[in-house]
Amino acid sequence: MILKGRAHVFGDDINTDYIISGKYKFKTLDMKELALHLMEDIDPDFHKKVRPGDFIVAGRNFGCGSSREQAPLVIKAAGISAVLAASFARIFFRNAINKGLPVVECDTSAIRTGDELEVDLERGLVRNLTTGGQVEMKPLPGVMMDILKEGGLTEYLRKYGEFRL
Amino acid sequence: MGMTIAEKIISRHAGREARAGELVVAEVDFIMGQDGTTPLAIQAFREMGGVKVSHPERVALVIDHSAPSPVEGTSNLHALMREFASSQGVRLYDVGWGVCHCLLPEQGHVAPGDLVVGADSHTTTYGAINAFSTGVGSTDLAAAMLTGKLWFKVPASMRLELRGKLQPGVYSKDVALFITGELTADGATYLALEYGGEVISDLSVEARFTISNMAVEVGAKAGLMEADAKVLDYVARRVKRPFEPAEPDPDAEYVEIREYDLSDLPPMVAVPHRVDHVKPVEEVEGTEIHQAVLGTCTNGRLEDLEVAAEILAGKSVHPGVRLIVAPASREVLLEGMRKGVIQALVEAGGALVTPGCGPCVGTHNGVPADGEVVISTANRNFKGRMGNANAFIYLASPATVAASALEGKITDPRKAMR
Ligand code: SF4
Repeated sequence: MILKGRAHVFGDDINTDYIISGKYKFKTLDMKELALHLMEDIDPDFHKKVRPGDFIVAGRNFGCGSSREQAPLVIKAAGISAVLAASFARIFFRNAINKGLPVVECDTSAIRTGDELEVDLERGLVRNLTTGGQVEMKPLPGVMMDILKEGGLTEYLRKYGEFRL
Repeated sequence: MGMTIAEKIISRHAGREARAGELVVAEVDFIMGQDGTTPLAIQAFREMGGVKVSHPERVALVIDHSAPSPVEGTSNLHALMREFASSQGVRLYDVGWGVCHCLLPEQGHVAPGDLVVGADSHTTTYGAINAFSTGVGSTDLAAAMLTGKLWFKVPASMRLELRGKLQPGVYSKDVALFITGELTADGATYLALEYGGEVISDLSVEARFTISNMAVEVGAKAGLMEADAKVLDYVARRVKRPFEPAEPDPDAEYVEIREYDLSDLPPMVAVPHRVDHVKPVEEVEGTEIHQAVLGTCTNGRLEDLEVAAEILAGKSVHPGVRLIVAPASREVLLEGMRKGVIQALVEAGGALVTPGCGPCVGTHNGVPADGEVVISTANRNFKGRMGNANAFIYLASPATVAASALEGKITDPRKAMR
């Protein structure tokens, strides 16, 4: 799977309340509607800036805070193809894989907003087409790669009916 | 080589010895979902091809985050939960029962040595009664309901030895805030925390929940304590099934063991907009406040309300302050009424809301106005957390919140108690 798009760079400790505020998430299961509020409290116009396939790029501890799965779902619904971060909070990381949103742990320090990136999930490489730079990503545990390959845990369990390690 | 509490509990549930770093599939003892996470889980359960929940008696669904419902969208999601629970024969705690993390131990659903998953990040709370309990998302909740199992990576553990004796006016919340400041927001990501030492053994079980509750604020997967006599007494009155507590072996392996002497710890406050921006109360004393919140899964238990009532009894909160009181459960509310605690808080000017999450997550019950300052007993103060990104949230103990409500500004509770 090779993904291509532009980077939108955020800082450290982007929590799930910033990704999608609690005041919206309890009202609907319509992720397209919620996607209009993605990152609203830090960048009110963010959803307008995203083109399909773009990446969210962040520093440490992306997705800390609540266990709300609306966070990866809303990111996906907004058209983001993957999140790249120096590190992720545990529950968000797991939820993203379960929902088929690729999460890439890698050194993001050299990436700037607007850079064109190419992410090769199989080979574990992130190429910065704007700067010519390249970084390796931390490999996923096997079971997570299997879940991601099926498109998420729902599809995985529909296919296998149980966990296979 | 010995094992940590986390390794022991996960091994027993996986049916084989499993060490930090290993991946296992393990049977879970109890599964919880709340109204912010369960609707998506029901959807995922159906999409997985799910027909029957594998062990309905091991599941509880709680309507606490937006309860009673403030808008029709939420009402319809609540209705979906009720329908699912009744068709699956699953226990539903409807509006008014209280916050999931207060209810589960209180109603005897969690026992020492258990493996518990909850679709809420503060599921770490039950670590205080020696359960390996951790937060998951909706799809994992669905998978656990469907299969009775989940995959886990066994976490490495960090041990915190908390020594000394807390000063009067200093509570478990101050300890929890101190730890959060020390370890920082991602200081324990993927680790299980194990807490020990005299500070913990001196605390009541209720007070210990506050500390395990906030384990997730440093990124931890669990916040575990040992099942001492107090814990066994707490569960003896509630749990109706056999259980097996897990002690760490003396030669268990930790990524780090940290020791803190908390004898001189002052009351602590987390300042906007980060839980790990923690300061001694004297550094923020005098900050004007507009709303004070007593409640949440962190500090809405009876002891918490009692501490606040002692400070507020016979007095009135500052005219510029709205004091919101959200008992963490119906049992807390009833007991608080019997003991006159609720009477004292309401007489002092408190606005009592339904047992549940209260205004903690910005869905209802007290969204602050632009520029307003809130002091709350909750566990998170992120920008926008209470529903308004232009408000400022400080986190503190029930005593500090009560003292501040009286003065209209952040106040050292030791002054109000003298
Ligand atoms: S009280 Fe607050 S932190 Fe606790 S479960 Fe409810 S919303 Fe979450």
